[in-house]
Amino acid sequence: MPLILSIALTHVGGRFRQSIVSVLGVMLGVGFSIAMAALMEGSQRDFIATLVDAIPHVEVTDDRREAAPPPAAAVFDAVNVIGARPDDDTRGLRNPVRLKAMLDTWLPGEMAASLSGQAVLRYGGKDVAVALTGVDPAAHLRVSNIGDDMQAGSFMDLAADLNGLIIGDGVADKIGASLGDTVAVSTSSGAVRRLKVIGLFHTGVTQADDATGYTVLKTAQVLFSRPNAINRLSIRLDDVNSARAVAQRVERMTGYRATSWQEANESLMEVLMVRNIIMYTVVGAILLVAGFGIFTIVSTIVHEKARDIAILKSLGFDQADIRRIFLMEGLFIGIVGSVLGSALGYGLSVFLGSLEFEVRTNVELTSLPMHYSVWHYAIACGFALFSAGIAGYLPARRAAQLNPVDIIRGAS
Amino acid sequence: MSLSAEPETAKRSDAGAATAGPPLIEARGLTRILPGLIPVTLVRDIDLVIEAGEFVAITGPSGSGKSSLLYLLGLLDTPTSGEVLINGLPTHLHSEAWRARERLSTLGFVFQFHFLLPEFSVLENVMIPMRKLGRLSVAEMRARAVDILSELGLGDHVGKLPIQLSGGQRQRVAVARALANDPPVILADEPTGSLDSASSDQVFKTLRHLVDDHGKTVIAVTHDLDMAARMDRRLHLVDGMLADP
Repeated sequence: MPLILSIALTHVGGRFRQSIVSVLGVMLGVGFSIAMAALMEGSQRDFIATLVDAIPHVEVTDDRREAAPPPAAAVFDAVNVIGARPDDDTRGLRNPVRLKAMLDTWLPGEMAASLSGQAVLRYGGKDVAVALTGVDPAAHLRVSNIGDDMQAGSFMDLAADLNGLIIGDGVADKIGASLGDTVAVSTSSGAVRRLKVIGLFHTGVTQADDATGYTVLKTAQVLFSRPNAINRLSIRLDDVNSARAVAQRVERMTGYRATSWQEANESLMEVLMVRNIIMYTVVGAILLVAGFGIFTIVSTIVHEKARDIAILKSLGFDQADIRRIFLMEGLFIGIVGSVLGSALGYGLSVFLGSLEFEVRTNVELTSLPMHYSVWHYAIACGFALFSAGIAGYLPARRAAQLNPVDIIRGAS
Repeated sequence: MSLSAEPETAKRSDAGAATAGPPLIEARGLTRILPGLIPVTLVRDIDLVIEAGEFVAITGPSGSGKSSLLYLLGLLDTPTSGEVLINGLPTHLHSEAWRARERLSTLGFVFQFHFLLPEFSVLENVMIPMRKLGRLSVAEMRARAVDILSELGLGDHVGKLPIQLSGGQRQRVAVARALANDPPVILADEPTGSLDSASSDQVFKTLRHLVDDHGKTVIAVTHDLDMAARMDRRLHLVDGMLADP
């Protein structure tokens, strides 16, 4: 064993109890940091996955980010146009076949056209407002996980039944309908049709389960009195993280508003980011406190070993050697604490991941979602070693600067 | 003989040859003033030459600067003005690391208190300077340390901790440690100051043996005038300056 290391270890071993307390401080700091990071990132990923599964990665709607200029502005070179009547435009995505063909050439994923609008379902004297979406079932299943959420019936049953209706289990509960019942569906256009409940779904997202229904596109077009129209193009991408770039490109090409899932949930993403900042601040604070423990023990050793420092210098150890001895002591505590803390963190993560809860809020959680990443270990250990290094370096520098003659005179 | 890494004959011929070359240790206008509100002069304008193979006593009343002079000659302290030359080489121009290296290979210190590292065994304490210098293999270091300790009558105590030894034994371990890297110069600061008369005599004989049989140069600070009288030369300090004894 190198001499400097053996002296450092002897010092640390000489104050065994205090060293153990310091190691425990680092261990607990690193362990809880890792477990907390695994829990936080796990829940974040789970939340985002649920969110991303529940909504299209990119949604093209018949809105535009900026209002179209009045036609007169395109004709006249005027500073301002007053009193011009806006173009009486019909809502919806124009020429959907051409639009889909244009996107099909490059889009890295699947897309499905739909027509959505508000409708009221009536059954047994009870009304409930729902967002009714007319879809091509096969295409919709390629962009949505609704097929996996079916509790009764199959989503593909819609393809064979123009009068079929699939609703969330919350909607069914509200009006007291069940599979096979026929409900009256009315829209703001005045159209009313009786559709048969051929399927029930449960996504776990209350907003979807309590206020959503699906029918075939043709039926929706009749109900909303908009033949051949669609007002939504849902896109599911191969890479969810490319949603923002794809949305921008679609918007540039078509002029329609294309909203990525990140944009649609921007405030939520900000909350998650703030949550991460808070988490890493707390983790940093924990490890900083552990660093104070190391600082205390190494400072105490420097104080106690002042005579040894003097004698080592008289034997031919230079300032750098003395600095290395005490820096090593801090780092040794940091390394042992980090190794034990990593094991503790892993154990805690496994334990927390094995716990099961019956929680029913917006999203059901059956167990704590943990995410295991080597980065959590690297960040926690890296920060612990950094603070151990600083905590060891400060007293080490002081030790290196001690004048041996002063100490020897003091001892004499 | 184990106290020298080289054969005795070679050592003696070196000692003889040294008189023809530059002196082993030379001080020129050596002054050390402690800075402060009221500066304290520890030693002033010391000029001296110490040749290889000498056994030199530094005497003087308390506070006369004996230890300060020893620390300056041993490169443990730096002079405010003047210079120390070892083998003709000025030392004040070099870095702290160079002076540390010089202490490691050329100078061996023995203090009034043994200053052994309490957690290390006797053998390990003696091996520390050798491990730091790194010239020998572990087996060679161990063998040399055992030889030195045996030579000083401590062959049966190599595995003991310093706390298990008597004061005289500890001091002899400190001498053994000072000899570990076979330095030509041993600097001793009141080496017998904390020992009873029997142990003092034993340590003195050890130092004498180093000079006579191994060609070492020993510079020892002492209050004991009888002991000083038994050495080759005596440097007497009064108020930080050399004076006639």
